[in-house]
Amino acid sequence: MMTKPSVAIYWASSCGGCEISAANLHEHLLDFDANFQLVFCPCLVDAKVADVRAMADESIDVTLFNGAIRTDENVEMAHLLRRKSKVLVAYGACASSGSIPALSNLHSRDAHFKAIYADNPSIDNPDGVVPAVRTQMPEGELKLPRFHDRVKTLAQTVDVDYFVPGCPPESHQLWAILDLLIRGAELPPKGSILGGGRKSVCDECLRERKDKKIDRIRRPYEFVPDPKDCLLEQGMLCMGIATRDGCGALCPQANMPCNGCYGPPEGVLDQGAKMVGTLGSIIDIEPLKGLSEAAIREHVDRVLDGMPDYAGTFYKFTLAASLLEGARPRSGSEVPE
Amino acid sequence: MIPYEPKIVGFLCNWCSYAGADKAGTAQIPYPPNLRVVRVMCTGRVDPQFVLSAYREGADGVIILACHPGDCHYKEQNFRAIQRHRMLLRMLEPFGVGEERCRLDFVSAAEGESFARVVTGMVEELRALGPLGFGIDNTVASGSRRESGI
Repeated sequence: MMTKPSVAIYWASSCGGCEISAANLHEHLLDFDANFQLVFCPCLVDAKVADVRAMADESIDVTLFNGAIRTDENVEMAHLLRRKSKVLVAYGACASSGSIPALSNLHSRDAHFKAIYADNPSIDNPDGVVPAVRTQMPEGELKLPRFHDRVKTLAQTVDVDYFVPGCPPESHQLWAILDLLIRGAELPPKGSILGGGRKSVCDECLRERKDKKIDRIRRPYEFVPDPKDCLLEQGMLCMGIATRDGCGALCPQANMPCNGCYGPPEGVLDQGAKMVGTLGSIIDIEPLKGLSEAAIREHVDRVLDGMPDYAGTFYKFTLAASLLEGARPRSGSEVPE
Repeated sequence: MIPYEPKIVGFLCNWCSYAGADKAGTAQIPYPPNLRVVRVMCTGRVDPQFVLSAYREGADGVIILACHPGDCHYKEQNFRAIQRHRMLLRMLEPFGVGEERCRLDFVSAAEGESFARVVTGMVEELRALGPLGFGIDNTVASGSRRESGI
């Protein structure tokens, strides 16, 4: 009997949603089991890191690695699974582009520890204890993985073969990839993005598009959008226009704006910059005509006041892989490593 | 040690500001050599990706010089450039990049002196602020996605 190809699924700095996207294969889970052996997946099977260490190099056929890289443990597991895997896939937005964990790149580790362990109103921490790599206790020394100042993507840490976008990736896209492996089809060139399209979410969106011109920015809590017309044209900051397709435009179908989880489409380096470019075009310029330079700035600023957090909105899923990757290093903010 | 000199990338509109810079040159108005000029057909063509790419490649500041409102060769694209710039400022604020490093100003083809003044002022301000620190040496070379062109 031929042995089944082996698959590992690992989570680094992640929420577990990528595992749910695998569980959402539903009846295809039976096909998965018939065709693959799940050798390592802390969420689902009882194999330990020591078992992975004991495996021969490149003995895992495919590893779906989800989660961003934030701690020494994440780095260690990334290197270990890279060594043990023939094909390493950055699965989901965190591993591909940093996603939500990487939003912390706008602040320093110091600032996070202060917010979480000192200033948090529900925390009682008079001694100001923060996690340390080594802590001496009466019973012995406690060790924690080092918490990095910056969150990185998997590809910024180890060599990655493929990327699967999405938060989480759509299950039918995962199945399409697994099906490729089952059929023994030739895989696309290394570095390809699997499980996504090449165009934008608008390409899959069923809403009716007319003239893109908005006079103000409206947030989802402010109104119930028309179910048929383009959300962006109704003033909602729908990211679909700067986001890769492949999800089936699910959020706009549910009357919610796309928040960009599939990352930028083909040929775009920076999703946030592209959203700025787009919105700069579609905010109506008529009221600016005839105004003084100062009055123009004031008017534009008033329109922009309609939204509180541009960086957090436009880079929700891609900050670590964006052009700037995070805030500029501020002097004195580094905790000694 | 060589004293710090800020590097500024300027996106100058072909019809107004680039001609204004030319005017400063022919009139021999002195201005500091810290500005690297990229001529664009219109400030409306300045993709915000260009600005971020400049920072990533080591620029300490970026300046977009446009036609005065109402004077755009393409009628109204400089209005869009202004809107993009104001939004870019909001997006860049949490990154630690303020308006002094990301500027948009207006220089007509006749305003050679104004061009020299704007550039000199920005260079002085950035000299006082020090390096921005997004240069390629400070960041880890990223995955293969980066290689696709703008």
